[in-house]
Amino acid sequence: MAEKDDIAVADQSEKVDRNEVVIHIKGLKKSFGDKEVLRDINLDLKRGENVVVLGRSGQGKSVTIQCIAGLLTPDDGELDVFGEPVTEMDEDELKQLRIKLGFLFQSGALYDSMTVRENLEFPLTRVLKLKDQQEIDQRVEEVLEGVGLLDAADKMPSDLSGGMRKRIGLARTLIVKPEIMLYDEPTTGLDPITSREISELILNMQRKFKTSSIIITHDLECAKITADRVLVMNDGEYIAEGSYEELQASDNDFVRSFFNEQK
Amino acid sequence: MAEQAIPAWKKWLEGIGEQGVFFTRFVRNIFAGGFEWSEFVRQCYEIGYKSFTLVGITSFIMGLVLILQLRPTMVDFGAESMLPRTLSIALIREIGPVITAIICAGKIASSIGAELGSMKVTEQIDAMEVSGANPVQYLVVTRIIATAVMVPLLTMIGDVIGLFGGYIAINLTDDISFYLYFHKCIASIEFIDLIPAFVKTIFFGFAIGFVGCYKGYNSNKGTESVGIAANSAVVTASLWIFVIDAIAVQVTNLLYY
Ligand SMILES: Nc1ncnc2c1ncn2[C@@H]1O[C@H](COP(=O)(O)OP(=O)(O)OP(=O)(O)O)[C@@H](O)[C@H]1O
Ligand SMILES: [Mg+2]
Repeated sequence: MAEKDDIAVADQSEKVDRNEVVIHIKGLKKSFGDKEVLRDINLDLKRGENVVVLGRSGQGKSVTIQCIAGLLTPDDGELDVFGEPVTEMDEDELKQLRIKLGFLFQSGALYDSMTVRENLEFPLTRVLKLKDQQEIDQRVEEVLEGVGLLDAADKMPSDLSGGMRKRIGLARTLIVKPEIMLYDEPTTGLDPITSREISELILNMQRKFKTSSIIITHDLECAKITADRVLVMNDGEYIAEGSYEELQASDNDFVRSFFNEQK
Repeated sequence: MAEQAIPAWKKWLEGIGEQGVFFTRFVRNIFAGGFEWSEFVRQCYEIGYKSFTLVGITSFIMGLVLILQLRPTMVDFGAESMLPRTLSIALIREIGPVITAIICAGKIASSIGAELGSMKVTEQIDAMEVSGANPVQYLVVTRIIATAVMVPLLTMIGDVIGLFGGYIAINLTDDISFYLYFHKCIASIEFIDLIPAFVKTIFFGFAIGFVGCYKGYNSNKGTESVGIAANSAVVTASLWIFVIDAIAVQVTNLLYY
């Protein structure tokens, strides 16, 4: 599997096999009570690839990535991350996996008893177990600069605006440089300029660290900037797949209306 | 909802099972290494700070009122001089620990339930878990151990304040020196009385922390579930306190008499 090199990869300092599948999902099902949320989800995420998932509200987009991170247990189907089935992992294996997995929550999910700085230090000291305060400070600053909030370091989350919280949430996820990123609506609730900056940050992560990402969004511009591949979700399954341009020109009514409705 | 089809007793048994699982997770994480000292100290401070005034006032009034209530009967029996002794035994063995624990159930179990419940609702616990950090170790272990340490401490302080309340009450009508009063109080207690009273407050503290954490950590993801978590934490913790108290009496009697 790992032998294939193509030209796009050859000029990068670190060789990455772009055909390696990091997330493999087949026939994934999940119901809550009588409500079938995920009907039949199929997805292969390759190394270094950005997949954007579009879909209306309440279709189970967040549920899908929560299953991937082991926060929810699917009812049926295959779900492998780095070739290992998530559902069969014990607590330690899951923890090891989660270190390599970044998850941006829709709400930001900042720890509100801690300052922004403490929020950012938390994964460094608790997960990566860094001890060197200088290195910690440096990484905190670097990532705060990345999201453009250097001056917010000593504020409490309750003193931040919704958009700022989201960016700090993003910073807290990116600070450990995960191999796979799951973004749940990274740009929702942000102004167009910040949205674009965040989209570009996502793209940068992919270029710099070869991060593979699943990006859930309603923001077509974000999809356009970041996507290598777009999936459209409806009724618990993916009904269309292709590049942004392909889907925009799709002859499927639902897919087209999705693109036009938000234009 | 499909859950309504499940009979109540089954749900109750499920709840017991879940608590067992939660308990093992807690115990495993105490010894997992990397104890969160600073969070533990912060929790101890919060707990002490939150409950001290209320425990102090209540204990003082308890000591005062008990003496006022006991006095007429004791005078009838000509046993007035036994007042300090009666109070100190009642207070230290039973009333002090239970009153303090009930107040802490109301103050601390509810606030832990609400705090962890809202962390659950706003996905902070999920975020911690999914980052590979250990929310049980950081949030649960620290809080349970902090309550198990602080409730006994608060009880001891409450006992002393309660005895002081009794001193004031006696001095309303009689005249007894501070020294003599406390001498009588202390002389009537044997060391052996203190141990079961002390040990049971550790269990009270543990129950308060455990129930608060369990209810908060396992609350549902809706805003209303924060209130439910806080409320049921108080009710369940109070119930536990009386159950533990009843068991403690039996055990003490078996051991000593
Ligand atoms: N933990 C849960 N328990 C019960 N039902 C849930 C749970 N999580 C999600 N659901 C239900 O699953 C459905 C899909 O939710 P999900 O959050 O995945 O939607 P979404 O596609 O992310 O929508 P949005 O774009 O609004 O975020 C919803 O109807 C929701 O009520
Ligand atoms: Mg969602």
